[in-house]
Amino acid sequence: MNAALLPSHIIGAAPAEKNFLLAVEGLTVSFDGFKAVNDVSFYVDPNEIRVIIGPNGAGKTTVLDLICGRTRASSGSIKYKGTELTKLSESAIVQAGVGRKFQTPSIYDDLTVFENLEISYPRGRSVFGALTFKRDAEVRDRIEEVAGMIFLKDQLLERAEFLSHGQKQWLEIGMLLIQDPELLMLDEPVAGMSVGERIKTAELLNQIIVGRSVLVIEHDMKFVEDIAHRVTVLHQGKVLSEGSMDRVKNDPKVIEVYLGH
Amino acid sequence: MISPKSTSTVHDNPFMKPMEWISLALLAAVIFLVLPMLLDAFRLNLVGKYLTYSFVALGLVICWGFGGILSLGQGVFFGLGGYLMAMFLKLEASSVENTKIQSTPGIPDFMDWNQITELPWFWKPFTSLPFTILAVIVVPAFFAFVIGSAMFRRRVGGTYFAIITQAIAAILTILIVGQQGYTGGINGITDLRTLNGWDIRTDRAHNILYFVNGGLLVACILFAQYVKRSKLGRILVAMRDKEDRVRFSGYPVASFKTFAFCLAAVFAAIGGAMFTLQVGFMSPSFVGIVPSIEMVIYAAVGGRLSLFGAVWGTLLVNWAKTTFSESFPELWLFGLGGLFILVVLAFPNGLAGIYRTYVEPRLTRRVKALEPAPAVALPHAAE
Repeated sequence: MNAALLPSHIIGAAPAEKNFLLAVEGLTVSFDGFKAVNDVSFYVDPNEIRVIIGPNGAGKTTVLDLICGRTRASSGSIKYKGTELTKLSESAIVQAGVGRKFQTPSIYDDLTVFENLEISYPRGRSVFGALTFKRDAEVRDRIEEVAGMIFLKDQLLERAEFLSHGQKQWLEIGMLLIQDPELLMLDEPVAGMSVGERIKTAELLNQIIVGRSVLVIEHDMKFVEDIAHRVTVLHQGKVLSEGSMDRVKNDPKVIEVYLGH
Repeated sequence: MISPKSTSTVHDNPFMKPMEWISLALLAAVIFLVLPMLLDAFRLNLVGKYLTYSFVALGLVICWGFGGILSLGQGVFFGLGGYLMAMFLKLEASSVENTKIQSTPGIPDFMDWNQITELPWFWKPFTSLPFTILAVIVVPAFFAFVIGSAMFRRRVGGTYFAIITQAIAAILTILIVGQQGYTGGINGITDLRTLNGWDIRTDRAHNILYFVNGGLLVACILFAQYVKRSKLGRILVAMRDKEDRVRFSGYPVASFKTFAFCLAAVFAAIGGAMFTLQVGFMSPSFVGIVPSIEMVIYAAVGGRLSLFGAVWGTLLVNWAKTTFSESFPELWLFGLGGLFILVVLAFPNGLAGIYRTYVEPRLTRRVKALEPAPAVALPHAAE
């Protein structure tokens, strides 16, 4: 309770007791001695939109990989709502409420849009549950609702491989949405999209981020400015700067390594 | 845009589509009517033997076709099922009365030849038929579960998994051959006579067993169909496509792979047990690497994505094998290898793929042409 009185905006000095949705502390991973992520700490509040930016190879995607369990940390801790994620299996992390979108659209080409969304529906995730899963009205309604949100209502029965690149990205966002995660991690959600698709995606993201925390990696600065509450700048595996977009933009260190080029 | 036919997929998939019912009816008609009427007892028994391999091919469709897990060691499970059944039959054939000339009467002959004087402990429960039937299902499933969990949890997949299953097939063969006193060695377990007192060597028994075998095969196809149309079936396909996406949708991927592998193992074991019953012996030559790969070829030729294709592929390849190896015994293996290469290069989805691309569209068109064109009469059905 006292924790609420402590200042939380000071980087690196955040108290452990405060109710962060996600608290990453001293996170380090080394691949054969190369530290791709080196002593990274940051904290995400409930309902916060946090954007991670940084030059290529800064370790942005690796940080997401570490949070969702795809890569195991060499040291440090990742606490999600007080639960240590570094020890959990990938599926347990998802079931705890962390959703992840990959950089390239990662959908099931051989299945229809409907089936893609259905697999992501958070029920029947065990072997037995999947065997006895019933496609009831609740599931159908939810899938149709989400399909409407991701502009794919008329493509429900199409095989996913026939979708355009942008539609595939939307489908994957929809697959996350249907999981209803509390923490949503998006890796370059507007990369490779046409201008029209980009505008629609921004609109879509603004809709779906309501009521959850979002961690986004993005290069498109216009897009970042539009959505970010706070920005974390990574450089060579370390946190270079953190704060509002305005603050980060004017940080001389950031200008030197990233925005200045 | 949306055709009236396809809207049904949004609702729960029907257990089988009309075309699949036709395929099932066709297969059942051939197995239960056409072949028994056309073939003499010897040939029918031969077909019965082929059909036991199709259990393995059916399991491979689930495991390899849908799940993308290529096992080159299905002979292990076929053999396990066959050997477990053979143990029961052998014990029954080795009654004290039948074996009174042995130095230790009441134990299988090969044990006596190997100076074993007491029935080993793991043979003892196989005096009970219910235990044996249970073991035919449970032992291979358990074995597959152990292999599957050990490998899939460590993310061993693809080629590595195939190689390891092949190694297991080799190990089991060596073990069986080496432990002659317990397994019958290279000759296998032979001279099987009765099942609970019922002589299985007569033509009439062969006939009955053929139909039991066919019934079990249809039951396995129906169960495989249930799995295929369940969400689990779609998850297997999804895993084959994008394993990571499935994992990060909250599914324990390893458990699903293990399930598919276990199911394939159980199917193979049922086939193996039926093989022993119909052929009257079991030997290591059905366990090793070569039979395991041959079984993969059956599934590939039939179409690794088609449950029915697996059965047709098995029948076709074995019919060809019997026909050609009778006339050109030394050329058959080259023919089999050539067939496999041809199928993989030209028809990756096998017979079922050819059927789906060339035959089914025409068939559907013909069926539609027979009906008084409902699509035109009821345009509102398309919304």
